[in-house]
Amino acid sequence: MKIAIASGKGGTGKTTVAVNLALALGNAQLLDCDVEEPNCNLFLGFDLKKQEDVIITVPEVDSHKCSLCGKCAEFCQYNAIAKLPRSIMLFPKLCHGCGGCVLVCPENAITEKKRSIGIIEKGTNEYFNTELLQGTLNIGEPMASPVIRQLQAHIDESTVAIIDSPPGTACPVITSVAEMDYCVLVTEPTPFGLNDLILAVDVVRQLGVQFGVVINRHGIGDGKVEEYCRAEKIPILMKIPDDREIAVLYSKGIPFVEQMPLWKENFRELYRYICKFISYQGGF
Amino acid sequence: MVKQLTVISGKGGTGKTTITSSFAALAENVVIADCDVDAADMHLVLHPDTFETNDFYGLKVASINKNMCVGCGNCATSCRFEAIGRYNVIDVYKCEGCAVCEYVCPVNAISMVEKKSGEYYCSHTRFGPLVHAKLGIGEEASGKLVSDVRRRASELASEAGSDMILIDGPPGTGCAVIAAITGTDLVLAVTEPTVSGIHDLERVIGVAQHFRIPVVVCINKYDINVELSHTISAYCKNNGICVVGMLPYNRIPVDAMVEGKSVMEYKENVFSSMIRSMWFEVSGRLLK
Ligand code: SF4
Ligand code: SF4
Repeated sequence: MKIAIASGKGGTGKTTVAVNLALALGNAQLLDCDVEEPNCNLFLGFDLKKQEDVIITVPEVDSHKCSLCGKCAEFCQYNAIAKLPRSIMLFPKLCHGCGGCVLVCPENAITEKKRSIGIIEKGTNEYFNTELLQGTLNIGEPMASPVIRQLQAHIDESTVAIIDSPPGTACPVITSVAEMDYCVLVTEPTPFGLNDLILAVDVVRQLGVQFGVVINRHGIGDGKVEEYCRAEKIPILMKIPDDREIAVLYSKGIPFVEQMPLWKENFRELYRYICKFISYQGGF
Repeated sequence: MVKQLTVISGKGGTGKTTITSSFAALAENVVIADCDVDAADMHLVLHPDTFETNDFYGLKVASINKNMCVGCGNCATSCRFEAIGRYNVIDVYKCEGCAVCEYVCPVNAISMVEKKSGEYYCSHTRFGPLVHAKLGIGEEASGKLVSDVRRRASELASEAGSDMILIDGPPGTGCAVIAAITGTDLVLAVTEPTVSGIHDLERVIGVAQHFRIPVVVCINKYDINVELSHTISAYCKNNGICVVGMLPYNRIPVDAMVEGKSVMEYKENVFSSMIRSMWFEVSGRLLK
């Protein structure tokens, strides 16, 4: 079972829901796919061990062989190669690693070398009975998707995997949500929350992934998010109140199910609902 | 010279748009650029009247002409992004537009086609011109769209003789953020006193410093964890970064948002005076 936790935007409580759900279930895998700012472990404090680097290949030009024909620069769709009057200049951060320049070079002057753009780490904790997998993109690196793809390769199909997705509706989100069994969209009951929720709903509908909504900080704002969900027949899975105790626990990095046992039960209920929903193929 | 200020945050939801829209209300001769193209929301406060719509083309995607394809499979084996599946069908979500398949196809059955991947707009608002955008779902190239928004904003600013461009940046530290801060004069990083907030702040400051752009910091909801707020202030001080504002945890921003107003226009409140003094501090640094 693979469940993505997503939202149109950050800051709505995605990580809170992902962490608390994983802890309430136990025996689960939690994957932090928000590789630009992985935050889950701030709430868990697991001892993480590096598993591997995320490698992409970038070109290297042998200036002795290069005849400065410029074919590589012309071919590169990402402007990662520029032809200067006396040399070829490379911009490795723009390179997507497609290998096209190697193919087009008539002098065989280009080879590829490996470059690490991030790392994958893993930690387990007996007390929490949870496995955390985290990908971190190096600072200043623009491409998140390769890290997410490599992180998801660690999903263990025999258990429950909870995926904390990156914010937004762009490519990295698609990468993290596309192959999930279910998607939980976390939102806030405000006009901004609604605006972002509508975008997120658009994404999951296009991907054909079943989904429901968790309203965080319930009690602030207005009732438009609930109205929208009713009108669109989107199930509201849970409402987490705008509670100072929860906000303070959050600020200290304490998952609130640990201090508020009732919520552990609520999150398990949420999971049972999702399982039932999927086994009925969304047909109720 | 037109000065540029970018407001960013490590994560979304830290109050970036609340602050940017208030600054827009306070600024006099400003062009506003909403560079949070992934999930733009300035329009919810600014209610723009759009007078210009431009199509945005990101990367191209490969397209296979079925009638010409001889099924050799060269394209599929050469594509490093696993975008070409069985029966040589291209998955547009996975295609990165590199054109390798077009190059290796022996019968020229593949061509690279333009794909509209978003729009950007110029609008009138009560605070001045706004350039904003909408990126199509699942599109990459958001950095490129951010650059387009900024370019258009610069053009409008020089036409109108504005002295400042106010940029609402995207959250995070990715390519869109890099595109939103490069070449700007000052970055205002908004953060919250939470364990994740402080961690995100360090990353955001790291990016700004990587590109050698001066940073100032605003701590929002400082009173949900006063101790951490002190930690953040101390961290900033040690790194030579000025904390220009501390805002309390309060429902005023949400209430103002529900009414579609900036905090500055919402009835007398504690927030407006704090944001005003922050604005003086920030604009003073910029225009000096
Ligand atoms: S294609 Fe090869 S020979 Fe031509 S400029 Fe590039 S590296 Fe040099
Ligand atoms: S353009 Fe590149 S990424 Fe797209 S299908 Fe062809 S080889 Fe794959």
